[in-house]
Amino acid sequence: MGLLSLAIWLPIAFGVLLLTLGRESQARAVRWVALIGALASFLVTLPLWAGFDNGTAAMQFVEQTVWMARFNVNYQVGVDGISLWFVLLTAFMTVIVVIAGWEVITERVNQYMGAFLILSGLMIGVFSALDGLLFYVFFEATLIPMYLIIGIWGGPNKIYAAFKFFLYTLLGSLLLLVALIYLYLASGGSFDIATWHQLPLTGTAQTLIFFAFFAAFAVKVPMWPVHTWLPDVHVEAPTGGSAVLAAIMLKLGAYGFLRFSLPIAPDAAHEWAWLMITLSLIAVIYVGLVALVQQDMKKLVAYSSVAHMGFVTLGFFLFNDLGVSGGLVQMIAHGFVSGAMFLCIGVLYDRMHSREIADYGGVINTMPKFTAFALLFAMANCGLPATAGFVGEWMVILGAVKANFWVGLLAATALIFGAAYTLWMFKRVYLGPVANDHVKELTDINGREFLMLTVLALAVLWMGVDPKPFTDVMNASVAELLKHVAVSKLPVPGIGISN
Amino acid sequence: MIDAFSWIAVLPELVLLVMACAITLLDLLVKSRLRTGSFVLTLITLGAVAVLQAFYANTSATVYGLSNMVVSDPMGNWLKCFSALAVMLTLIYGRAYAGDRDMLRGGELFSLSLFALLGMFIMIGGNNFLMIYLGLELLTLASYALVALRRDHAQSTEAAMKYFVLGSLASGLLLYGLSMMYGATGTLNINEVFRVTNSDLVNPQVLTFGIVFVVAGLAFKLGVAPFHMWIPDVYQGAPTAITLMIGGAPKLAAFAIVIRLLVEGMLPLWFDWQQMLMILAVASLLVGNFAAIAQTNLKRMLAFSTIAQMGFVLLGLMSGVVNGHAGFAANAYSSAMFYILSYVLTTLATFGIILLLAREGFESEEISDLTGLNQRSPLYAAVMAICLFSLAGIPPMVGFYAKLSVLQALIASGSVLNLGIAIFAVIMSLVGAFYYLRVVKVMYFDAPAAQGPASEGVRAPLGTRAVLTVNGLLVLVLGILPGGLMILCARAIVQMLSA
Repeated sequence: MGLLSLAIWLPIAFGVLLLTLGRESQARAVRWVALIGALASFLVTLPLWAGFDNGTAAMQFVEQTVWMARFNVNYQVGVDGISLWFVLLTAFMTVIVVIAGWEVITERVNQYMGAFLILSGLMIGVFSALDGLLFYVFFEATLIPMYLIIGIWGGPNKIYAAFKFFLYTLLGSLLLLVALIYLYLASGGSFDIATWHQLPLTGTAQTLIFFAFFAAFAVKVPMWPVHTWLPDVHVEAPTGGSAVLAAIMLKLGAYGFLRFSLPIAPDAAHEWAWLMITLSLIAVIYVGLVALVQQDMKKLVAYSSVAHMGFVTLGFFLFNDLGVSGGLVQMIAHGFVSGAMFLCIGVLYDRMHSREIADYGGVINTMPKFTAFALLFAMANCGLPATAGFVGEWMVILGAVKANFWVGLLAATALIFGAAYTLWMFKRVYLGPVANDHVKELTDINGREFLMLTVLALAVLWMGVDPKPFTDVMNASVAELLKHVAVSKLPVPGIGISN
Repeated sequence: MIDAFSWIAVLPELVLLVMACAITLLDLLVKSRLRTGSFVLTLITLGAVAVLQAFYANTSATVYGLSNMVVSDPMGNWLKCFSALAVMLTLIYGRAYAGDRDMLRGGELFSLSLFALLGMFIMIGGNNFLMIYLGLELLTLASYALVALRRDHAQSTEAAMKYFVLGSLASGLLLYGLSMMYGATGTLNINEVFRVTNSDLVNPQVLTFGIVFVVAGLAFKLGVAPFHMWIPDVYQGAPTAITLMIGGAPKLAAFAIVIRLLVEGMLPLWFDWQQMLMILAVASLLVGNFAAIAQTNLKRMLAFSTIAQMGFVLLGLMSGVVNGHAGFAANAYSSAMFYILSYVLTTLATFGIILLLAREGFESEEISDLTGLNQRSPLYAAVMAICLFSLAGIPPMVGFYAKLSVLQALIASGSVLNLGIAIFAVIMSLVGAFYYLRVVKVMYFDAPAAQGPASEGVRAPLGTRAVLTVNGLLVLVLGILPGGLMILCARAIVQMLSA
């Protein structure tokens, strides 16, 4: 078994093991097993990074075995510069989530931890699948643990949220499935994604495929106007669920655009880029404004996620180097920052059992250590230079200005809105005099929370100060992708390639 | 044309017949409440027959016997093998249930089950209109008696009455259609019918007229809309063990006669029956899925979901011949066979759970009876969840690959109409996901009742629990490694078509 397979299956194996440890009295052991499993899975991904060759756009750590001979489906995995960081990010966030849920989750601990570990393996599978059907299986399978996480450990309105999450994303995925089957048939019976990249397709076919992909990926990202499930789900999901959802699951959609939509239907992507850019700008500006008026902290961060992911899709459809790598960097940064924001809200929620901004005020007086972390993450969310949030946004805006000045200008306004809603929330929650007795009784973070937030803070600062390791990894793959997308796939008249 | 008496074609049927008679006699002597003696003997018979059939299926030979009245080919042998196993599982799951409800007093359960299975075998192996009809009648007569096994139970007797009246009507329709076909072709032998209909020697009006009745009769037996009315009532009214008996194995036999009559016998008339199957499939998907949403009774919901699932099977069957071109036939029919096998496997586990949860005086057939099952017995909740996700077609459960292969066959047929139907089917399975998820919700998200039968864990013999667990896990394992079963179906169908 290769390294990459190990990265996929080790957390799943640990997750299944956890499910078999049933009793409530074993909760302590369950937590340790979960932590060991998450750490081991994270350690397995490190050699992937260490051994990664930045110089090539080719897939690395490739493994291939026949899976379903009858449909010519292979178990085929590998990573390139586009996916490597997401594999690492997923394994990393799983460790954080296990720590975050350590003493907070007291009911059915084994199922909670098991679900997250299985989810982690499945998501790594999505990022490393090189076979269309394998991708789909992982992509869909992630719905099951997430559905259970929201539904079992969620808030008062959890059932509505769980159904909305499942059915919304399932509808998108099912259209993706139809497109995959079409591509399978059009390519003469192959589910290999690389083969699909080379497949000549007519304009109509490309448009249909592009929109089938759009249905799946835009819902997952989520892009405006199909983003409405996200705030509902975030509000109801448990802290760990929100963190994983924002940090990684949203990335599955954006990743899909890069792996499927752009290279398989490049002409349609170019043709419909105006639509994608418009939707992205609406997400950035309008949803940013919506975030401004939220009363619920989680909702605010959820809307801020939609706005930040708008940057990502905007970057992708600019078709230049800065835009695409900027989008990728933004995805990783958003993974750290939004994950951290949700965990901070979780820290407050565990103590006060409220997410209403109005219930807080002056938290800095009772929780100074915690407020320091919260401030750092808030700054990163605004895109302050030297934090992770800055690099990606800056690259995307630069890429946008390069493509079209006005698009760049509009995108840049997001920085203002982002700063506005984040800082205003920060002011209302943390600053000022102690607002009420509940806040007065707050205790500062304990060692476990300190550890968890420190690790994230280091990641946020590292990425902000020294983004080169992140961009170096992607350069070759992004260049290759752009080169590929620039070439039209439309059959040249007279040569007679057609479907 | 009289050939030598070939044992291979009739030996398992003879074993079944002898053993069914022997067990009937034996039952007169056995007095124990649970009738362990006849139970074990029945299981041994079923196991032996299943092994025998699997052994035959592996020889890959097509053998005709009894003057061409019966045929033994890999498709038939595999279907017989799986029917025997399905009946075996049904009896294992249902024995305690039947014992609690005094259904074992007369001991007819085991011998009637064996006679029903014999009927299925004759249907599956029939190569002659009369044989198929005889098998069908043997199966249905045994089933009528089984449904009425709780003589003192008004609901069961009512269900039996409905089943009997509508079943007789269906048989009448089928017989009428078959006699019409006989009138037009002058033969009852399926190979001869194929030969004659393939020539221009027959009166097309009579053929078309006949085929309408044949398809209507088959639709009744498969339970597809608009001939589905008996399904919900009989499923709900019959004792659960018997629901499983008529909802499991007989589906395989019904599939076999559809293949034998329509494909083997009347393929040249594809244009007529394909149109009809298409309408039946679309109607079933609509009626089954939407009616299932409204149900609160689990058995009734599963009954409607069966109608929808059979719609999917028909989609596979109807995409075999395109524009008179049978190039896709093997692909399409094997997808339908894969679908029905995985459906029966899943159904067995689903009803197995219901049977396990039921106890004396408590039927456990309302959806709400599963409330909080995860807290009561996590293993069974997991098995049930796996089955429901499989029925909904979520990977990595086997049901996903069933839907995938059917959709693949549908899209591969290349017609725009079929592509539209594929998208329709996809949207219908989204509707399906909703009501399957609702059961998962009840099991996982709701707290168990404070008292009453629905608050207790599951008590069942260790053997039964083990078998059920394996059954449920098989749904998952075949989902992760579906290749073998797919190839099995493909080979069987190719062999059948080439014969």
